[in-house]
Amino acid sequence: MFEGVPLTWFLITGTIMFFVGIYGFLVRKNLITMLMSIELILNSVNINFVAFNKILYPGHLEGMFFTIFIIAVAAAEASVAIAIIINIYRRLVNIDVEKMNEMKY
Amino acid sequence: MIDFSYTVLILLIPLVVFVVVGLFGNRFKPIVSGLVGTTGLFIGWVLSIFTAYNYFFVSGKGAEGAFVKVLAFSMRWLNLTDKLHIDMGVLLDPISVMMLIVITTVSFMVHLYSIGYMAGEKGFSRFFATLSLFSFSMLGLVVATNIFQMYIFWELVGVSSYLLIGFYYTKDSAVAASKKAFIVTRFADLGFLIGILMLSYATGTFDFIKLTAPDSPALTSGQGVWFLGLSTMTWSMIFIFMGGAGKSAMFPLHIWLPDAMEGPTPVSALIHAATMVVAGVYLVARLFPIYHMNAVALDVVMYVGAFSSIFAAVVACTQYDIKRVLAYSTMSQIGMMMFALGVSGYGGEEGLGFMASMFHLFTHAFFKALLFLGAGAIIHAVHSNVMQDMGGLRKHMPITHATFLIACLAIAGIPPLSGFFSKDEILAAGHMKSMFLFIVELTVSGLTAFYMFRLYYNIFWGKNTHYHHTPHEAPLTMTLPLMILALGALFAGLVPFASLVTSDGMPFETHIELGVAIPAVLAGLIGITIATLMYRKETNVPERIFNTLGGFSKAAFNKFYIDEVYLFITKKILFNYVSRPVAWFDRHIVDGAMNGMAYVTNEASDRVKKLQSGQVQQYALVFVSGALLLALLFIYLWTN
Amino acid sequence: MSILTLFIIIPVLTIIGILFSKNHMQVKWVSVIGMSLQLISALALIFLYLAERRAGNMAEILFVQDNLWYESLNIHFYIGVDGVSVAMIGLTALVVFAGIFASWDIVDLPREFFTSLILLASGVFGFFISLDLFTMFLFYELAVIPMYLLIGIWGSGPRHYSAMKLTLMLMGGSAFILLGLLGIYFNSAPSGGPLTFDLIKISKEHIPIAAQNFLFPFLFVGFGVLGAMFPFHTWSPDGHASAPTAVSMLHAGVLMKLGGYGCYRVAVFLLPEGAHYWGWLFLILATIGVIYGAFGAIWQKDLKYINAYSSVSHCALVLFAILMFNQTAINGAIMQMISHGIMTALFFALIGMIYGRTHTRYINEMGGLMKVMPFLAVAYVIAGLASLGLPGFSGFVAEMTIFVGSFQHPDTFHRVCTIIAASSIVVTAVYVLRVVGVLLLGKIKNEAFETLPDAKWHDRMSVVALIAGITIIGSAPLWLSDMINGGLGPIVQKLLAAAPAIMP
Repeated sequence: MFEGVPLTWFLITGTIMFFVGIYGFLVRKNLITMLMSIELILNSVNINFVAFNKILYPGHLEGMFFTIFIIAVAAAEASVAIAIIINIYRRLVNIDVEKMNEMKY
Repeated sequence: MIDFSYTVLILLIPLVVFVVVGLFGNRFKPIVSGLVGTTGLFIGWVLSIFTAYNYFFVSGKGAEGAFVKVLAFSMRWLNLTDKLHIDMGVLLDPISVMMLIVITTVSFMVHLYSIGYMAGEKGFSRFFATLSLFSFSMLGLVVATNIFQMYIFWELVGVSSYLLIGFYYTKDSAVAASKKAFIVTRFADLGFLIGILMLSYATGTFDFIKLTAPDSPALTSGQGVWFLGLSTMTWSMIFIFMGGAGKSAMFPLHIWLPDAMEGPTPVSALIHAATMVVAGVYLVARLFPIYHMNAVALDVVMYVGAFSSIFAAVVACTQYDIKRVLAYSTMSQIGMMMFALGVSGYGGEEGLGFMASMFHLFTHAFFKALLFLGAGAIIHAVHSNVMQDMGGLRKHMPITHATFLIACLAIAGIPPLSGFFSKDEILAAGHMKSMFLFIVELTVSGLTAFYMFRLYYNIFWGKNTHYHHTPHEAPLTMTLPLMILALGALFAGLVPFASLVTSDGMPFETHIELGVAIPAVLAGLIGITIATLMYRKETNVPERIFNTLGGFSKAAFNKFYIDEVYLFITKKILFNYVSRPVAWFDRHIVDGAMNGMAYVTNEASDRVKKLQSGQVQQYALVFVSGALLLALLFIYLWTN
Repeated sequence: MSILTLFIIIPVLTIIGILFSKNHMQVKWVSVIGMSLQLISALALIFLYLAERRAGNMAEILFVQDNLWYESLNIHFYIGVDGVSVAMIGLTALVVFAGIFASWDIVDLPREFFTSLILLASGVFGFFISLDLFTMFLFYELAVIPMYLLIGIWGSGPRHYSAMKLTLMLMGGSAFILLGLLGIYFNSAPSGGPLTFDLIKISKEHIPIAAQNFLFPFLFVGFGVLGAMFPFHTWSPDGHASAPTAVSMLHAGVLMKLGGYGCYRVAVFLLPEGAHYWGWLFLILATIGVIYGAFGAIWQKDLKYINAYSSVSHCALVLFAILMFNQTAINGAIMQMISHGIMTALFFALIGMIYGRTHTRYINEMGGLMKVMPFLAVAYVIAGLASLGLPGFSGFVAEMTIFVGSFQHPDTFHRVCTIIAASSIVVTAVYVLRVVGVLLLGKIKNEAFETLPDAKWHDRMSVVALIAGITIIGSAPLWLSDMINGGLGPIVQKLLAAAPAIMP
């Protein structure tokens, strides 16, 4: 399906997604959006894993396993994170990350 | 040779009495404490007389006819270095045996007297316990076998003196006086201690027998010039004399003695007239062979003694508190004893001054204790210390009057009373040394006669003061000691001292030298005559004379402002300019440095902790930039 | 098993007993029983030691026990005593015994209080019996830590500040000590062989001089902080002022002695050349400390501050004497530690009792207490007289041994220092008599004080035990002095080997 698409393209796509995710995480103030950015980062890693596995070691399946593993962990993480966010919202009626600076000094 | 080891009992009995009465005294009836103390001292007195008899007349003399030093008892108390050790023991020689007699006699008399004098006082048992402690310490001091034992008991007499001066501890003046006495003598004792350290460093021994032997290491070691052109040995003798001067109230360390009169009068009689204050004289006499070899140190003794005697005599003429007059008189008489030691040579007739000094110490103990006890009886009767409140007492108190008169005549040096003989020997010894100092001491004699009779007339003659209740004669326990001591004051001069107590133990002959005796008696008579003219009847002559002399008499009345000088040095300089800055320095500089260190640490952490802002995205930014930087760095390093 | 193990086992059992006891009274009685046993075993130890010596056992260390407990670093539980440690153990047992009675009135958390107190005591005992540097350090820390809790929880005044200050300064000292100990450990076998913490074995070796010169200041300053060496003494006034009575007693009476003992047993003993190299500097500091503490005390108005500064002065004398490097002076130093330990414990006990009645420590607010509480007042006078070095009390013996010993030093500098230090006896007299005069004598200033009670039975227990200590030592010092002297042989030999010229 992707015959002939060179590895570099996958990596470029992954890198772009990664930095978009980083940018989003650093810049957006909304916790939900930050969570989405984290998903982007994780998925950029997934792309790299799959691409490396497919192109460098076609006979192996570790890359695939790892990807699935990450997806599972990400799902768990997202559910916990959203639970936290909901709790924060209930307390503060707000999900702006800059308002949440209690844990300092 | 008789075994003298029983003499240790003379010390132990008062010690046991002190412990028993001190610990359990408040469970006894007061009179029991008094009786226990008095009995203890009575036994000590008997033992001392027995010892003196044995020593002087039975077995004290060595092969060459000289009295030898007998080590009656000795035990190791503390090891210091391999050569230096402190022993506790009993050393008998003419001066220590003589002192045993003096101390036990006066102490016994004072105990007896105090039963009457202190009757009904709160702290009766405490008084007797402390009195026993004092007797123990003083006896231990005189029989010391080594200079360190002497120092130990020296401190102990100091503290008993402190406790007894401050007996009326609710009276602020008594508390202040006791504190002053202790601190001034303590300061002098520092000199004593330094002297001991230097002496023991040079000679390697504390032992009196070794130190005063003809082949004493003190005569050979430490002779090199050390400081200000004087040898170590001379300096050590001067320092030791400082200790003696402090305890014996020599100028300029005398300021505590007049204030010490705040104590009960029997205490003044025992401690501040007859025994403790002569400890300085005794100390110099004890080390006399070494002093003799260090002429400068001996000159210091001589000049300090001479100056103190004239100084105190002048001040005594202006005081109104009868006990203070007696205190200055004591200082003056002790000055004379020091002077006599200072002019003395060593051995046989050369040692006339030494003999005279000890003789005067002996006679002085009787008449001065008598004067104080008499003064106590008077104070007991009229409830005042000041002579303006007295007058005409001779009718009310005949026994006190008679004994007081005897004592006054004795101290004035009127023959054939005891004071005449001893004072005459002192003057004779002074006459051999220096004409000028002889005249000074002659003046002191005259002044002594004058102020004693000024006192006498003011108390017993003069105006008939109206008392609140008629003064009456003291009870027998008080008058009996007066009478016994009066006998001593009358006849103590007849003791052939020159054949018993001499500088090297060799007896010699003395004779009354008319060239000295006549001026001395004349000086006394002139003093008495002037006093009679001025104070026999109440006149305004004394006041006019006082005013004519103007500034001088005012200065003398204020004791030449020595107290003020001391106050200035201690209060102003030591307290305000040393102690206070030290306290400030400690709180602000030393402690400030520590607190400063803590403060700096705290501040630094305060700055650093601001990085922890609580902004998650800030942390992430730092993290990411750090990771990127590291990545770039590694790439850079890797590619090169 | 050596008798010395008892000194660790008894406190541990006592602590267990305290944890299982049901109420205040039981806690106190368990502590009393435990610490009485401790005192009895200390006395037994003294007798056994003297008997052993009399029987001709001249071994350097007696009652030895040696168990390896951490093999890879060669750390042992190695215990044993010589005359010096026996004396220190006797002191500790006496002060702890008195301290238990002095804290009879503790109401808050008595269980925890007595546990910490006894934990502290066991640290001190362990320190004195250890011969392995690491174990010694372990016990040292064990003694210092409970102090923080004791002052911070049961203290008065600015207790948190004081506790923090004290602990931090002592911990700073510990850091120095640890550094010094490790330095010694890594130089402990200059001629090859396994490294060791064994104090006796190291003392037989010759640590290279460069290492000695480098390590000595660390150890001396480290222990000196605990020994209240000028200028590292400022924890002491604040700490004592805030600490509860028994803690002040234990701290000034015993814990500060750990410093002096460490300086003697570790710093000078193991590093004699280093000691000679640096001696003059620390001697100057010690001399300053002696005078400075005494003058500092004159100006203070708070009883505990007065006594804390007086302790600075007396403890400086300990270091001063150790630095004289001769047998007599060092003997004096040990006796001074014991004498000062008992004496200052007595002072703090009395101050605590007086404070417990009048609720003030400012001498100007009190006066005439002699009339109200004669027992305490007389005891205070006795303590004061002992402090100013009156013969018949232990202070005199110790001070005179120090002065005579120091003056035997042939160097003029040392003798001048001795004279300066000796002059402190006058200043001491000034502040002691000032306090006695203002506090006890004179008229009663505050009418509310007229009805205050005198000492109760447990107060008397504490006071009498301590007074007995100072009088027994003061009037018959020969056995103690000889016992200590017997333990000084090795250190004197080492010092002699380091600089033959200075021994008289």
